[in-house]
Amino acid sequence: MKEFLNMSGYAGYVWSSYALAIGVLLLNVWLARRQLRQAREQARRRIAMQDGA
Amino acid sequence: MSWVWLHRFGSPPYFYRFAGRWAPWFTGVALVLLAVGLYGGLVVAPVDYFQSDAYRIIYVHVPASYLALMTYTWMAIAAAVGLIWRIKIAHTVAAACAPAGASFTAVSLATGMIWGQPTWGTWWAWDPRIVSQLFVLFFFLGYIALRGAIEDRERADRASAVLAIVGVVNVPIVHFSVDWWNSLHQAPTLMRADGPKMPMSMAWPLLVMIAAYTFYFVAIMLMRSRAEVLRRERGGAWLRQEVGLPEAVR
Repeated sequence: MKEFLNMSGYAGYVWSSYALAIGVLLLNVWLARRQLRQAREQARRRIAMQDGA
Repeated sequence: MSWVWLHRFGSPPYFYRFAGRWAPWFTGVALVLLAVGLYGGLVVAPVDYFQSDAYRIIYVHVPASYLALMTYTWMAIAAAVGLIWRIKIAHTVAAACAPAGASFTAVSLATGMIWGQPTWGTWWAWDPRIVSQLFVLFFFLGYIALRGAIEDRERADRASAVLAIVGVVNVPIVHFSVDWWNSLHQAPTLMRADGPKMPMSMAWPLLVMIAAYTFYFVAIMLMRSRAEVLRRERGGAWLRQEVGLPEAVR
């Protein structure tokens, strides 16, 4: 296990690359979901306002 | 062949529901492939004779780079379809590509730098491949900035589409840069005319990762397109239903 984590001495390079890549994958999902939630909320408010006017 | 089925995708409610149905499936397949690819790349694939374990960066660097170019091409095609045939959904899809595309171009450049330090002895080089990939990032960011700067949606669609189409010239330059110029960046190992120059034990996790990223991109594109559709729609019974409002009284 220790040997695996050490990556023949390249641990810093290998793991930072993987962390960055996976972090951005997660970030994109989070942003896309948040955007959808916000767009739905905005649409709801917009229509509700049109109803009120 | 009849193209009638294709026209249904031009309808916002149809597209919205279609995207909502398929996005979770693409996410699921991407997750499974990602798990297999990461395990293969980090654990199963053998150590490289020349680069030792540092070469494992390839399993995140190459898929991100490939995805950056694929996303850009797809964005430019969608923008061109929107511009030529005046299809709003096409502009919606193009706009949905840009943020993910920009982030993958950034990952491609950053992991390239991290890989460059131990193998080339430098974080950065003014190498044709790297510089042309940097331009891909600028085109993505320019596209996003241009859309944000123009208030009128139709004008924003048209102007950003022109920018996206102009920038697609850069895509083959990035791809062939390593063949056209002899420089620091290595030539392709996988996508070669004479076949992969990599043993299968190392190549299969890379292929799985590329497939994972492709499915992942489609999922993100569908999710973002749905949000764009909601922003563009002014009203309509389907939208009322979608956001949970009662039927309008007329």
